[in-house]
Amino acid sequence: MATATTADSTAPARDFQSLILTLQAYWARQGCVILQPYDMEVGAGTFHPATTLRALGPDEIWNCAYVQPSRRPTDGRYGENPNRLQHYYQFQVLMKPSPVDSQELYLGSLKAIGLDPMQHDIRFVEDDWESPTLGAWGLGWEVWCDGMEVTQFTYFQQVGGIECDPVPVELTYGLERLAMFIQNVDSVYDLDWDGVPKDQGGKVYGDIFKQAEWQFSTHNFELADTDTLLRQFDDAERACHALLAHSRPVPLPAYDQCMKASHLFNLLDARGVISVTERQAYIGRVRALARGCCESWVAAGKDAQEQANG
Amino acid sequence: MAEFLLELFSEEIPARMQARAAADLKRIFVDGLQAAGLDFGSAHAFVTPRRLALVIDELPLAQADRREEKRGPRADAPEKAIAGFLGSVGLSRAQVEERDTPKGLFLFAVVEQSGRPTADLLVELSERAVRDLPWPKSQRWARNTQRYVRPLQAVLAIFDGVTLTGEIDLGDWRLRFTDETRGHRFLAPEPLKIQNFKDYQAQLADAYVILDRADRKARILEQATALAAAEGLRLIDDPGLLDEVAGLVEWPHPLMGTIDAAFMEIPPEVLTTSMRSHQKYFALEDSAGKLANRFIVVANMAADADRDQTIIAGNERVLRARLSDAKFFWDTDRDAPLASRVAALGNVTFYEKLGGMADKVTRMTDLADYLARSIDGCDHALAARAAHLAKADLTTAMVYEFPEVQGIMGQYYARHDAEPEAVAAAIAEHYAPAGPSDDCPTAPVSIAVALADKIDLLVGFFAIDEKPTGSKDPFALRRAALGVIRLVVENQLRLPLQTVFDHARSLYGDLTGPGATADLLPFFADRLKVHLREQGVRHDLIQAVFALGGEDDLVRLLARVEALSRFVASDDGENLLIAFRRASNIVAAEEKKAGDSFTGAVDPSHLTETAEKALHQALSAADTGLTAALKDEDFAAAMLALAALRAPLDAFFENVIVNADDPTLRINRLRLLTHIRSAMGKVADFGEIEG
Repeated sequence: MATATTADSTAPARDFQSLILTLQAYWARQGCVILQPYDMEVGAGTFHPATTLRALGPDEIWNCAYVQPSRRPTDGRYGENPNRLQHYYQFQVLMKPSPVDSQELYLGSLKAIGLDPMQHDIRFVEDDWESPTLGAWGLGWEVWCDGMEVTQFTYFQQVGGIECDPVPVELTYGLERLAMFIQNVDSVYDLDWDGVPKDQGGKVYGDIFKQAEWQFSTHNFELADTDTLLRQFDDAERACHALLAHSRPVPLPAYDQCMKASHLFNLLDARGVISVTERQAYIGRVRALARGCCESWVAAGKDAQEQANG
Repeated sequence: MAEFLLELFSEEIPARMQARAAADLKRIFVDGLQAAGLDFGSAHAFVTPRRLALVIDELPLAQADRREEKRGPRADAPEKAIAGFLGSVGLSRAQVEERDTPKGLFLFAVVEQSGRPTADLLVELSERAVRDLPWPKSQRWARNTQRYVRPLQAVLAIFDGVTLTGEIDLGDWRLRFTDETRGHRFLAPEPLKIQNFKDYQAQLADAYVILDRADRKARILEQATALAAAEGLRLIDDPGLLDEVAGLVEWPHPLMGTIDAAFMEIPPEVLTTSMRSHQKYFALEDSAGKLANRFIVVANMAADADRDQTIIAGNERVLRARLSDAKFFWDTDRDAPLASRVAALGNVTFYEKLGGMADKVTRMTDLADYLARSIDGCDHALAARAAHLAKADLTTAMVYEFPEVQGIMGQYYARHDAEPEAVAAAIAEHYAPAGPSDDCPTAPVSIAVALADKIDLLVGFFAIDEKPTGSKDPFALRRAALGVIRLVVENQLRLPLQTVFDHARSLYGDLTGPGATADLLPFFADRLKVHLREQGVRHDLIQAVFALGGEDDLVRLLARVEALSRFVASDDGENLLIAFRRASNIVAAEEKKAGDSFTGAVDPSHLTETAEKALHQALSAADTGLTAALKDEDFAAAMLALAALRAPLDAFFENVIVNADDPTLRINRLRLLTHIRSAMGKVADFGEIEG
């Protein structure tokens, strides 16, 4: 260790957990609130209320970053595909209003994790983002590093059907893909998780998640009881509407029910019990919940502000 | 005379929007300068991923001064009228003059307007450009209200060597005009101070930015071709991809990578689609035209041996991940025979109001079987089989992942299942022709299925009254109709379209909507006119044949148009047309006067002049010839029969007075001309033909 060169000592550690720690430290330095994952099953980091709701209000300035485990039941491959998982990690940054140097800040984060733009071919390629279930859309790019999509970069325009003002910028890093790139491995299951040598109990991604991928793929595609899921979807939907209609609206717990409904829909989709036409109807139902929660959240923010001012 | 240089520097502009944006920027300035009466030498617009630039040379420094005279009310007009006039020209009563005019004493104002400095106009136009550039999609950012394609970061504006004084107000931020730009995002990020356009282009080139899109394209093509040639390979032409890639880089640097041998067994269409649409790689082929295990990626960095290796290795790995998915699909899709997938089409939407894809396939199968009878050498059982399987690949994982290879995958899977080759080929070809330049199927079974697919689509959407309107054609019905036209015409199919439409309509059963297909044939007529016009056929000749009405056999219709166009180009045709016009003008005028037509039979006993007797005889002969020729669909012979009328008709007009004093003779002559007109009308409506 004593012989390490300067370059070695400044090179960031490449294991999976260090990647997360480095990104957290970097965005903390940029003034972001570092949050923990939301404690529910969601399809993407965008669903975290720190993004969906905070993109709309009440703060004029809101900068945050967090890891979010994300579940996409249809992407499960029983642990057999080296690139696809039904459970994976996103690192999410939201900055509102979008800073003048958003792209530079982002490129700084790549440098921090050891991707020096001078050593690679980094490009911003048009990719407009849309979430039909959240009633949200924005314009931006996929960021390519040597042809690999490493980040989704989006200027939100609408969330929950509501215009964003100020406009936030959202950065979503696919952590597994990024780590595979940095560690130069071809299978997600070979990713070094902790940087500890194997003979000292070090773990790779497969040690931790391969079993889970098989079990959850089996559950999501074969075992999940569809009648129960359908009932739970209806329950969550009803609960969400009821909470929103209450004389003391509570958009946060209501939004929990919206997230639940969204995940149940994803499970039903994986079970193959939703036909193409029904699919649109289900997406519309979740979108109506998201819209209601966002509207209620914005209204609650305005009320609070009026109380503070009055 | 001075030069204006503008650069709108922004975050990355989507490649597909760049060419159009450059043209729009130029148009906004050219229109604005013209409206301001400012002449200029030339205007050129440029675009890279991060900048839209415009240079205009030989501009005057100011507009010319203008002097304008305005006449006001009479000098003795009411106070209010005079005050209104003075207000409108901004002068006092003492500053306007009274002038004697033939109509009395009037007030005149002479307004002298000194020309505005060009610099002021350029500032206004720059603001307008940011505001008015018509992006397909634009966005807001931060707290700003101004929209732009992506955040606008800086504006360089230099006129006559001086930075223009002005700014773009974004709503929250203000961008003051500068004389600075930046080079390549990574290779030359420092500010560059710019004097003029020549300096701008040169400094950018030193800062790893090739300003001109055409230069970037040429460089990509040249270097990629050389890389390919070094391996004994050839770059597969792909102008669309070249356009896109030129919009993704400021400093194009083509590099060559290798595709793992394990993936070369995947159908080449899947390999190229994956490389092209997801990764923007160029594909290569060997001298035998076989897809090579190499690809070319165009990086946006300068050459550097170590970095080049990193970039190539990274891209190879990405491709490996993508293709391992494709290979997995290729392997697993073949586990289930295509025929077993047809049932799953019940879950695939065709169009909500028109049922699912399984219903469509059932109809297509019947229709292909039915159409097979009108296609030479078409085995109706094979046509039905191919139609039955045509859409089954929509349920495969490969087509789900790569929709572009629909049909093509069906062909591979059908071959794997040992379906007859004609069936496999028809599955691949049934979406064709997808446009005017696309190859049109010629194999009988392929023709049947391609027609069935399109006719089913057209009949369905017309039945529920969702027809194309104006520029809106969301289901590409115009393209489908053109596809049918090309399939019929290029394969010389004798198909009574209306009968086919009626049959196709009956297969749908009950539908909500008007349910009629009566508008479909006129829609085809319009499409055919467009198609023929594009091929250079005179539109009036098309109209002359269409005006006959009721024709739904496109081959017969075209034969008539062709014979007619040959005939009117001939000496006989040209002269007969003149005589026809004369005859129909006379008849039309007399019909109007009499309030009646002259369709009665010609009485030979009242034909007195030699010329009219000759014409009558010629008409009888021509009529017989015409009837026989039309029955045989020999339109050249029909035209020949008409040609025989030319000389007698000319002689008639030379020697016979139609409006004779004797009403019996007059009416008989008008009847003779009426019959000439109707005989010719059996071939085409000559009245539609322009002179």
